[in-house]
Amino acid sequence: MQKKIIYLKDTDSTQQDRVNDFYTLFSNELRDTNLIEQASVVRIADMGLYEKGVAVKILPENIVYTGLKNTDVKKIIEETIKGNKVIKESLYEKKSKQMRAVLKNCGYIDPESLEDYLAAGGYKALAKVLLEMKPEQVVEELKKSGLRGRGGAGYPTWMKWNFARGMNSPEKYVICNGDEGDPGAYMDRSVLEGDPHSVLEGMIIAGYTIGSSKGYFYIRAEYPLAVERVQKAIDQAVEAGLLGNNILGSNYSFELEIRLGAGAFVCGEETALIASIEGKRGTPHPRPPYPSVKGLWEKPTIINNVETLANIPQLIFGGGAKFASIGTEKSKGTKVFALTGKVKNSGLVEVPMGITIREIIFDIGGGILNNRSIKAVQTGGPSGGVIPQEFLDTPVDYENLGKLGSIMGSGGMIAIDETDCLVDLAKFYLKFCVDESCGKCAPCRLGGYQLLHLLEKISEGKGEMEDLDKLKKISYAMQKASLCGLGQSASNPVFSTIRYFEEEYKKHIIEKKCPAGKCKALIYFKILPPKCKKCGLCFKNCPSAAILGSREAGYVIDPIKCVKCGLCFDVCKFKAVTKE
Amino acid sequence: MKKDRLQADLEGLVKKWKSKKGNLIMILHSIENIYGYVPRDTSLKLSRLLDVPLARIYEVITFYNYFKLEPPGKHNVSVCMGTACYLRDASSLIEEVEKILHIKEGQTTKDSMFHFDVVRCLGCCGLAPVMMIDEKVYGKVKKNEVADILSKYVKEEE
Repeated sequence: MQKKIIYLKDTDSTQQDRVNDFYTLFSNELRDTNLIEQASVVRIADMGLYEKGVAVKILPENIVYTGLKNTDVKKIIEETIKGNKVIKESLYEKKSKQMRAVLKNCGYIDPESLEDYLAAGGYKALAKVLLEMKPEQVVEELKKSGLRGRGGAGYPTWMKWNFARGMNSPEKYVICNGDEGDPGAYMDRSVLEGDPHSVLEGMIIAGYTIGSSKGYFYIRAEYPLAVERVQKAIDQAVEAGLLGNNILGSNYSFELEIRLGAGAFVCGEETALIASIEGKRGTPHPRPPYPSVKGLWEKPTIINNVETLANIPQLIFGGGAKFASIGTEKSKGTKVFALTGKVKNSGLVEVPMGITIREIIFDIGGGILNNRSIKAVQTGGPSGGVIPQEFLDTPVDYENLGKLGSIMGSGGMIAIDETDCLVDLAKFYLKFCVDESCGKCAPCRLGGYQLLHLLEKISEGKGEMEDLDKLKKISYAMQKASLCGLGQSASNPVFSTIRYFEEEYKKHIIEKKCPAGKCKALIYFKILPPKCKKCGLCFKNCPSAAILGSREAGYVIDPIKCVKCGLCFDVCKFKAVTKE
Repeated sequence: MKKDRLQADLEGLVKKWKSKKGNLIMILHSIENIYGYVPRDTSLKLSRLLDVPLARIYEVITFYNYFKLEPPGKHNVSVCMGTACYLRDASSLIEEVEKILHIKEGQTTKDSMFHFDVVRCLGCCGLAPVMMIDEKVYGKVKKNEVADILSKYVKEEE
């Protein structure tokens, strides 16, 4: 009989000591029943389950029990280890709300092995397209599927492809947009690093559909591993006859090259990206003409996001109708989110469209760190907005997020708790867009700077009530008058935080207080005499000699000298220093 | 000696890319990879070899954050200030690094040992807050660990 392994983990975040008690219980029980030779217990760091009590996973059968009590130990050893029976009452039934489609290969196959990708069903869609389908049929499948661009704007992919297909030009281009610049989003990186061939396959299919013989990968230079793996994938594909002349014996030929980004957020915008591939400054230009009419080197071009392209192979292979069976009425398929911020389990999650934000944050993300309460969720990165906690039950799709004043964006999802200040958050995002504005058009270049200036004024306690109106006015002007998506959406974080959290702004302006205690100019440190043990630790650590007093008399903070570094707050062992 | 190598490298690079359209950024990437920055005389030579005005080259170098005109420090310290890191208090790491190295972001220490940058998302949001020294990423860094991490690189030199 194969030796069994019992993985043990306390999946509750609060009572970490229990796991050792259970370890002892299991070990003793195994010893008492003379089963040490048949099974061993291992304490593990993570089981992928959270807040399910003490849990064990028994290998090789892969039986998972959760919510265990001390009395269950004997039963498990007796029935499952000895008797090979499953205890139904404790059995954990997997009800994961995630659905892996784009990420299905990531972490499961060797990204540097073409054989692995082929074994996982790779390039079957390409063969189907090249040998059995006409370009119109591919467009038809895409139309049926309802796939929309995953880069942010949600433009129907079939329309983009169909425009470019209809253009009469001997030269056309396919570009994969891997310039993932949103801080807090890294799904494109994961796909490029974890499953580069799926994107390659998507691009070749795109090339065939629009009648292009040349494609470019545009990848951030900050992702060296992604660049390396994509290059390797291209080389492997060329060698295997999946790229180059007469692919798979058909009369279709296609080649691919990598171009590197160089650290400019605006290059995620398609016209700026094209300028960058052409070797110029990445400044956008007005549309129309759209790239599908006049793009790279003035030729018809389609630009698709990494995640969109990674969706293509399985969509074609399974058929558009199957793809469309997942999701909401207007948003189909799955979406990968980069769940970060104040959530317990941060990471990439892939969910079907239509799942609620609450399900993502609480059921998948495990809730908020330190069991604080959630204040809002930010989606869409610097171009997105905040969604306050009362709308957490909204199903996620392009339309719903738009209605709430945010966007799907590339899929950043950031949980914000009560200790985060929304004025500060708006300032953070705006600073990003001001830094990254290319400077070509005035509304974005000047408007962003003025907005930032106003927000700084408010967070320093110098705000006035009319500043709120100014913020709204400038935001509106930027939305309407900026040249490209960056400027048009740069004011979104300001707009949406004012829309839902105007009270918080007013507290900063009228009461000169930051309820979350983030805005340094508006917080005051105080020592509470009843809690103070007069240890003098704060006195010793203060860098600006702002703490006065002695071991006998106790200590006070001089608000004029205080530089608000928070060191006294951090070092106090008795929570006698308060921040307000 | 170094100049000869530079010349040879550059000619090789230009040869490799000359026939391709939109080659400037890719060539600059290669130069940056070799030297850690784009030296002015290299740009001058490049301008002659490619027959592109120097202004066009500088226009591109100064637009993109990735290209630098100054030589970097021996070790490059970057603290990530992407959203996830920002929310998990990366700003305290920045203060700490600045305090220890006595430089501000974008500067190099007097002994050229460390160059310090605040960067956008390094793509390790799950590990926030993150700092990176050269190619090594340090995740879930606490303020009081910064000194330890930096001192490793100082010791290495000694």
